[in-house]
Amino acid sequence: MHEKKQDISLTVNGAAVTVSPGTTVAAAVAMAGAATRTSVSGEPRGPLCGMGICFECRVTIDGIPHQRSCQILCAPGLAVTTGSGAVAPMEAARTP
Amino acid sequence: MTESFDILVVGAGPAGIAAAVRAAEAGRSVALLDDNPAAGGQIWRSGAHAPAHARAWLARLESRDVLRKQGWRVIDCPEAGVVRAERNPGQPLPGTGKGPIEQIADFRYQRLILATGARERFLPFPGWTLPNVMGAGGLDAMVRGGLPIGGKRVVVAGTGPLLLAVAAHLAQRGAKILAVCEQASMGRLMSFGTRMLSEPGKLWQGLGYSLAIGPMRFKTGCWPVMAHGQDRLRAVTLRQGAKRWVIECDYLACGFHLVPNTELAALLGCRMQDGFVATDGQMRTSVPNVFCAGEPTGIGGVDVSLLEGEIAGLAAAGRVDHARELADKRHARRGFVRALRQACALDPQLRSLAADDTLVCRCEDVGYGRLRECSSWREAKLHTRCGMGSCQGRICGAAAEFLFGWGAESIRPPIFPARVASLAMLPQQPATVSGSREAAGEVSHTIKETA
Repeated sequence: MHEKKQDISLTVNGAAVTVSPGTTVAAAVAMAGAATRTSVSGEPRGPLCGMGICFECRVTIDGIPHQRSCQILCAPGLAVTTGSGAVAPMEAARTP
Repeated sequence: MTESFDILVVGAGPAGIAAAVRAAEAGRSVALLDDNPAAGGQIWRSGAHAPAHARAWLARLESRDVLRKQGWRVIDCPEAGVVRAERNPGQPLPGTGKGPIEQIADFRYQRLILATGARERFLPFPGWTLPNVMGAGGLDAMVRGGLPIGGKRVVVAGTGPLLLAVAAHLAQRGAKILAVCEQASMGRLMSFGTRMLSEPGKLWQGLGYSLAIGPMRFKTGCWPVMAHGQDRLRAVTLRQGAKRWVIECDYLACGFHLVPNTELAALLGCRMQDGFVATDGQMRTSVPNVFCAGEPTGIGGVDVSLLEGEIAGLAAAGRVDHARELADKRHARRGFVRALRQACALDPQLRSLAADDTLVCRCEDVGYGRLRECSSWREAKLHTRCGMGSCQGRICGAAAEFLFGWGAESIRPPIFPARVASLAMLPQQPATVSGSREAAGEVSHTIKETA
């Protein structure tokens, strides 16, 4: 990973955001002033644990929903969408 | 896809790195799986700003032929000697620029070292679900991940040595630290401080932190009782004894010490003791060929974690004599682990922070009032869906344990939310199935080439 230390451009809800290499998607979302998700009762939520445990920072990245934005680094051209509902059709982990 | 290794390490924090390095240096084939984008765990997040000893360990890891899988999370142990992991799909592949790529793989091992670290304990209070109320380590991780903190007004609260470390780091990055609120009383801290005279390094580190943030801003027996705001945090009400006051702020960084990540150990059937993974002097768990190192065996911080990682790596590689030498050093440090636990014991008054409409489970939006009607964690899960959301009770479980005395009763795979395709992974190819007999039996001490 010997990339040049160039700034990275991505979009958050369609708006352009420029960040330094090594920036997480969660930080980019915060810089764009957005909450990450909407809870089942409609509350706006932002990151809580910052380390991939709490799932509050889930966003949609390049069309794939429920990505933990604190565990994913920004890359050029990522399209990030926030505010998705908490219903998680792709998650099978509904443990009894 | 299946890959086979002499030693598989789960978690690339200090314990996991030390374990992988020691095992690889002993000539074993080693793989290191980690959920985060880069090695270093939480304490060494963002290697560029990591301390010198962290960079030394990371360099030692680099110099060895260890297969490193960053951005992979373990979801299951489908059979003895096999761990199944899923790649975070949004994580761009190195060199390709961007994802999404979905991947799933099985990792076969002769010996497994669990170095799964710890997470913060969060306690519910009115307003704690507002954006910009984060963990203490949580805000620190966000800042290390690029969140601009310069000029922001921050209140740090909760309990444990992390608070001062976080406050000092954020201050160094330009944050205005308005207060650091430690729930423990001054008396309890003094008692801990006296014990720390045997660990002068840690004592001086703590004093250095206090000076960095300004000693007047450190308050004991103090905690947040309410976070205010509509769409995000605007202010917080703090309480110290009979005194209550409101501080306007941009962030509340609030964590009540740490709880170990023991889900994988529990799934494997490792014996637990007081909520931690029980190990012997060589970091062996009750399950044959499974070792555990670092915070899951007792919260002791980076020095103990490194030591335990080294012991586990050496012992798993069959270098028992070397491991024994370090075991004595580790034994001497266990006093620190016990003292820390006592110092961070939660004040019973914190149980009354949540109101009936305060959410305890943030995934399923379950309030404290609904949980009060339940008699056990199981009943709460069945009746309210508490702990049934994406985090699988990792956040609300630790809160419920303190609030109601409930313990988690069982764990089932997948231990992290996983895609259906991953769970329905087809049986392994014949070549790897034949290898499972060997994996289930005695460990071969022959040195193998990296798989």
